[in-house]
Amino acid sequence: MALIAFTNKGIYCKQGDFYIDPWRPVDKAVITHGHADHAKWGNKSYLCHTLTKPILETRYGLYDNVQTLAYNEQIDINGVKLSLFPAGHVIGSAQIRLEYKGEIAVVSGDYKTEFDGISTAFEAVKCHTFVSESTFGLPIYTWQPQQTIFDNMDSWIADNHAKNKTSVLVAYSLGKAQRLIKNLNVNCEIFVHQTIANLNEAFANVGVDLPTTTKITAEIKKDELQKGVVIVPPALSDSKWVKSLISPAIGICSGWMAVRAGRRWRSADAGFALSDHADWPGLLEAIKATEAEKVMVTHGSTAVFSRYLNEIGIYAEEVKTQYGDEEAEEKVEEKQL
Amino acid sequence: MKRFSQLIQELELSNKTNDKIGALVSYFSEADERDKPFVIAMFTGKRPKRPVTTTLVKQWAIELSGIPEWLFTESYHSVGDLSETIALVLPPSQEDIEKPLHQWIAELAELNVKSDEEKKAYILQSWNSLATRERFIFNKLISGNFRIGVSNKMLVNAIAKQSQQDANKIMHSIMGKWQPNEITYEELTSGAHVNTDNSWPYPFCLAYALDTEAENLGEVKAWQAEWKWDGIRGQIVKRNGELFIWSRGEELVTDQFPELHFLKDELPDGVVLDGEILAVRDGNVLSFSTLQQRLNRKTINKSQLEDAPIGFFAYDVLEYQAKDIRTTILAERRKILEQLITQLATNGVVVLSPVIAFRTWAELADIREKARELNSEGIMLKQMNSIFHAGRKRGDWWKWKINPYTVDTVMIYAQKGSGRRANFYTDYTFAVRDGDKLITIAKAYSGLTDKEIKEVNSFVNKNAIEKFGPVRTVKPELVFEIAFEGIAESKRHKAGLALRFPRIARWRKDKKVDEINTLDDLRALIPVVE
Repeated sequence: MALIAFTNKGIYCKQGDFYIDPWRPVDKAVITHGHADHAKWGNKSYLCHTLTKPILETRYGLYDNVQTLAYNEQIDINGVKLSLFPAGHVIGSAQIRLEYKGEIAVVSGDYKTEFDGISTAFEAVKCHTFVSESTFGLPIYTWQPQQTIFDNMDSWIADNHAKNKTSVLVAYSLGKAQRLIKNLNVNCEIFVHQTIANLNEAFANVGVDLPTTTKITAEIKKDELQKGVVIVPPALSDSKWVKSLISPAIGICSGWMAVRAGRRWRSADAGFALSDHADWPGLLEAIKATEAEKVMVTHGSTAVFSRYLNEIGIYAEEVKTQYGDEEAEEKVEEKQL
Repeated sequence: MKRFSQLIQELELSNKTNDKIGALVSYFSEADERDKPFVIAMFTGKRPKRPVTTTLVKQWAIELSGIPEWLFTESYHSVGDLSETIALVLPPSQEDIEKPLHQWIAELAELNVKSDEEKKAYILQSWNSLATRERFIFNKLISGNFRIGVSNKMLVNAIAKQSQQDANKIMHSIMGKWQPNEITYEELTSGAHVNTDNSWPYPFCLAYALDTEAENLGEVKAWQAEWKWDGIRGQIVKRNGELFIWSRGEELVTDQFPELHFLKDELPDGVVLDGEILAVRDGNVLSFSTLQQRLNRKTINKSQLEDAPIGFFAYDVLEYQAKDIRTTILAERRKILEQLITQLATNGVVVLSPVIAFRTWAELADIREKARELNSEGIMLKQMNSIFHAGRKRGDWWKWKINPYTVDTVMIYAQKGSGRRANFYTDYTFAVRDGDKLITIAKAYSGLTDKEIKEVNSFVNKNAIEKFGPVRTVKPELVFEIAFEGIAESKRHKAGLALRFPRIARWRKDKKVDEINTLDDLRALIPVVE
């Protein structure tokens, strides 16, 4: 009998009687990472990585019913050995390894193979069944090294300063924002939206070391913001507040920016193809390293990617899930500013 | 080529006209002199001969990237642009070589006489020496098809600003005949070549939609009313014994309409007419769908000539006795036009577009209601003392169209867009009810806001039932009101009818799928007489 099944509530492990990243409320949920399409509110109990807990606390006010594990730590649930391995996607993101009577399945959630300087680096885990995302599962997506992208971002910011423009970087509040804060190399203050500041604070409390940032408040003058860098979540990129800044130049940080259509669609001033998902070579490399007999392809280019895997001799199936809408988490009210 | 690549990037990133013009002005101030005429040629659709076929370029890209052809095709559907797809799937380049744009273009032109092996060697070597962005530009140079959201008007305004010349003059100049390797930017902007050219048309004068009550336009006597015909706006140029027919898309379409060639003998030299190319039989205008049978054909056979005979309804005269009379007032121009058309020996093909007599605005409003019976879209109002403006200008001319038809439909297919919208499901197919079945009646891709598109996109992702290549069959649930300008019987469409210019009027979130219109509702709208 298979170790995991895709049900209408989420990925279910019958032997252990728990769900992984369920999209409907269940009794026992194991969570890969804190993005809203994977970590939903309303489950009776949660199991996640130590660094995902502060996210659930900040976002959902969950304190009592969250059990945590460190990477490589193993527990037993009804005879199923469960352990977490770094997925490299965002802080606290984990691949969930299940082992039962010698059969191993790994649910990877979202992952990227390049080390981003802040999320624990991705580790390939050998298994029989591997559940993989396919967000960027097309050969048109090959990321530039992170350093190249940050160099471009730094010089874009310097150029904006020279032209008296306000640099506004658009990034998810969980993951991308911290990655920017950690890797930007600018001699100025970094201002962050409240949703980002809240998470940063939660991370600081559990010992994650991030460079200092300033929370945006109504008291901060527009010319101070102009001299610094502003980071906001995607929901605010077209907001009146951003438009009210001194000559705002908007830079969107997303893998979709690798394609011209993606850049123009968002009507930004700059697009930086910086992604927290694996690119095409990354997906292939990760999957090959698992040596899995069966790959289950979820959210993204599922059909295309699974067909390609089959053609190169890796048995793969396409699976329908409700993941992939990371932006759902980012419904931020403008009045929060 | 890096400077050109930068220009393209700047043009792509902004959707503000002023930013784009600014980017063009600084390009034309800084770029290599020899590059400039080529850029103007590219942006105005003057294409050099394609040195290599798309099929070959695609084949070599697939070969070099080591991916199967179907995967390349899927990638293309996601990117929405072949040149860009190729640039993205190729392995990273080994070198970074900088050559000026005109040199790349010259090298590509030389390929024309080379063997396929030599072509392949050159293109593969070039790909390997260019970064992704420049590779994309290089691929665009091969295809010659450089559509980058720069209209002729925008380009002209930028060049006019940069060279401090009159915009109309620049428009004439770049619309005329010239070769980018034989002319300098300086010559082009000063219009050195156009006097010897017989073909150049004038920029069309365009009207805005009337956005107020007709009563507010004042005295009826000050206005000339004409039918607004639904055909191809055209200009007929007769100079020094030569005849040219231009379409509004600034294309020369002379060969497509042999019915009009008699004008070469009958129209005096130094005359330019503005009017509408229409399908006309016995003096009556036929539907646009009839005219469509005659458009964009390389050759025309006898039955097409019989089924869809062409006529020209003349609106205006822009040049008379070899003089530009666009600043002569309309009332005077109309007199000249009437005289020109009545002097033609051949009758019934090129006719005066009639002026509608009316005494009050209310009377004209009643007349306007009959527009559909005449296969007209409504009424054009032109100020009697107006000049023939270059381009769109408010105030002197108005189009007063009849309200479009509307129908409530349900979305049943969705497809990803191309270009700016390549990552979103933006092209939808709509159906109405036919008994207990749904039958498709229109495809449309405009009329929604970016926010609504995202919402529909997310619906499609969650409710896709089947896929056929890039197309998704979706649960029939979302109801849209479709507006359209006309309806005609059609054997080519499953529903047996075709809508003219369908577009999304609004998303009817308040309606359910059982409230949509039926095929019979639509059939009732088909005019009895074609």
